[in-house]
Amino acid sequence: MDPKLLVTVILYGPLLGALIAGLFGKKIGAVASMTVTTGFLFLSAALSWFVFAKWTWGNLEPFTLTYAPFIHVGNFISNWSFRLDALSAVMLVVVTTVSSLVHLYGWGYMADDPGKPRFFAYLSLFTFAMLSLISAADFMQLFFGWEGVGLASYLLIGFWHHKGTANAAAIKAFVVNRVGDFGFALGIMTVFWSLGSIQFNHIFPLVAAHAGDAWTFAGQSWHLMDLACVLLFVGAMGKSAQFFLHTWLPDAMEGPTPVSALIHAATMVTAGVYMVCLLSPMFEYAPVAKHVVTIIGAVTALFAATVGMMQNDIKRVIAYSTCSQLGYMFMAAGVGAYQAGMFHLFTHAFFKALLFLGAGSVITAMVHEQDMRRYGGLMKYLPITCGVMVIGTIAITGLGIPFAELGFAGFYSKDSIIHAAWEAGSAGHDPIGYFAWITGIFVAGLTAYYSWRLAFFTFNGHARWTSEDLEHHWHNRDHDHGHDNHAHAAESHSEPDHGEHVHLPHETPWTMRLPLLVLALGAMASGYLFVEKFVGPERNAFWKGAIFTAANNHVLAESATPVLVTLAPLIVSIGGLLIAAYVYLVREGLGARLAAQQGPVYLFFYNKWFFDELYQATFVRAAKVLGDLFWKGGDQKIIDGLGPDGVSAVTYAVGRGTGRLQTGYLYHYAFVMLLGVAAMLSYALWAWNA
Amino acid sequence: MTIGLAQYLAVAAILFTIGVFGIFVNRKNIIVILMSVELILLAVNINLVAFSAYLGNVVGQIFAMFVLTVAAAEAAVGLAILVTFFRNRGDIAVDDASVMKG
Repeated sequence: MDPKLLVTVILYGPLLGALIAGLFGKKIGAVASMTVTTGFLFLSAALSWFVFAKWTWGNLEPFTLTYAPFIHVGNFISNWSFRLDALSAVMLVVVTTVSSLVHLYGWGYMADDPGKPRFFAYLSLFTFAMLSLISAADFMQLFFGWEGVGLASYLLIGFWHHKGTANAAAIKAFVVNRVGDFGFALGIMTVFWSLGSIQFNHIFPLVAAHAGDAWTFAGQSWHLMDLACVLLFVGAMGKSAQFFLHTWLPDAMEGPTPVSALIHAATMVTAGVYMVCLLSPMFEYAPVAKHVVTIIGAVTALFAATVGMMQNDIKRVIAYSTCSQLGYMFMAAGVGAYQAGMFHLFTHAFFKALLFLGAGSVITAMVHEQDMRRYGGLMKYLPITCGVMVIGTIAITGLGIPFAELGFAGFYSKDSIIHAAWEAGSAGHDPIGYFAWITGIFVAGLTAYYSWRLAFFTFNGHARWTSEDLEHHWHNRDHDHGHDNHAHAAESHSEPDHGEHVHLPHETPWTMRLPLLVLALGAMASGYLFVEKFVGPERNAFWKGAIFTAANNHVLAESATPVLVTLAPLIVSIGGLLIAAYVYLVREGLGARLAAQQGPVYLFFYNKWFFDELYQATFVRAAKVLGDLFWKGGDQKIIDGLGPDGVSAVTYAVGRGTGRLQTGYLYHYAFVMLLGVAAMLSYALWAWNA
Repeated sequence: MTIGLAQYLAVAAILFTIGVFGIFVNRKNIIVILMSVELILLAVNINLVAFSAYLGNVVGQIFAMFVLTVAAAEAAVGLAILVTFFRNRGDIAVDDASVMKG
């Protein structure tokens, strides 16, 4: 089959599904909308795997399809197009696979929700926007997709719009992303200004010639590539929730759990990583920007991991874990191992979507409850969920056998990142590389701790819930939208409703279990299957130039490393596992006692390093004061006061004054008439005589 | 003393003034206003007839007939309005008739 036709179907199928479900959802009904959108997504996913397989094992060459002009103004040329290369092929399978599985999961999860057509339309719209982002051949379409996924994310975080917290979270996500997008837009302008084009295939060959260019602005000389790359990276920071612009991601968990899995774990938040890898020809000539990326990535990884250790909301733990893993990916890109970053993106999509959907399964079984302090001992009630969550946890903590090169997905991708950081430090003599390596090792331990803590806290130990709690939640579910859940398909078929029915958590319907099993397969095998292609010896044949590596960049080269360096990530991971096991299995209840002491470190981490408070006190308050000034002073007093309000006030006053003349008394009118007659008569007499 | 034009005009002027004062000095009764209007019209008629006789021109007397007709019609309409007004409002005091107040 012609790959050009296939990618067109992959790209526009979800859009068609979104339009049908979104515009005609009420007419054709929920089941038809769900079928159409899910059908298109599975078609897209199947075709994506076909294209990816042809790319990996066949001999597909990169190509760019142009559908229609987008913006043609002078030299500023942008087209609707589809760029197929290794990067977009990888992203195609990631996006369509997770999206189609999430669509299927939504059948079960949203079973009781009245807004199903809207939900599925948004999901498909998101997928289309994400696909147009990854297939962009120029900055403008990239920006279109970038904003499109932001819009879909906003709509889906605020999907339960009757919840105040969901609306607030949606707006927060949108506003924080605007900050990043501002940087992104400035970056695009810098690129256009300096290189004269925004089309990737035009500008990438020009970068080497312009590598030393400088730009004088505000009395300062700026290195052009560094400036452009840092600005573009600000955009990536917003979308990928990196340090300073991360605050929206945990709050985004207000959205339905399938949305968290798709948008806020597997795909949209990785768009920043994708962009940095895509722009590797530019970043390779921007040493300062690369250091910025490395430092921000490493700090994010550390920050999010420390916060994630202390959270009690199951979805928030996974959200911080996502944030932390994204930090790893940026760290990889920053030290020059773009391939490793993309590899971690690829494997992370599987195991993080798995963890999120597994958490959704637990939340469904526990009827709304998201607080892990009210879980415990769920292993025997949710064996399948527990099994796949453990697989996901092994994958994210990167357990494996180092010298046999055998392990789950995260083992390959995370180790390749940490190893690349080590290479950048030791072989590249880059102190930032060492910093990234040490942080990476340390965070690997923290990752193991918080991931296993989640698993042990949820599935092992004593039950910290009672069936009366569940019963209570179950009966209040229609009134209580305070938590993430509407879906009770699992319960609805099994509610006999006689007096002595004991409510126990149980497994979800097959539409929710099947995606878990497929993703579990991905979390196990995706690392092993593709490690050679992504970062191993076959990497150059696989990437086919989609990622540019400068001549002095050898971070992925095979070299002799000390045994301890190879083993370090595994050792700290096992260490984290053992500590988590000690705190939450052996001495069950120790964690709660430690938390109850409210030590300063605990409070600092538990309150997310006080970032929300800091931003509230500075930016939010300042914006509010400024807004009040312009609103109350500028708009209400000056513009409205002199404009519409002033005119209407004058008209009203004049009307009242003249209205007072109308007394309504007949003799007043008669008197005035008499005066008039007398005046006219006098005038007539005077005129006649004169 | 012969009764000439001046005497007729004087009577007409007195009647007219009484009529005008009747309209806006009176605060009690709308019927009085109607009666005052009749007085004013009669004053005008006396003027017309007096001038007609004085000038030997019959047009003035014919015009007086028309004025009488119109006055009759006005009285009929005015009283009809008055009756309706009384039915709606319960009294015909002039001070209460201020519905048209601005």
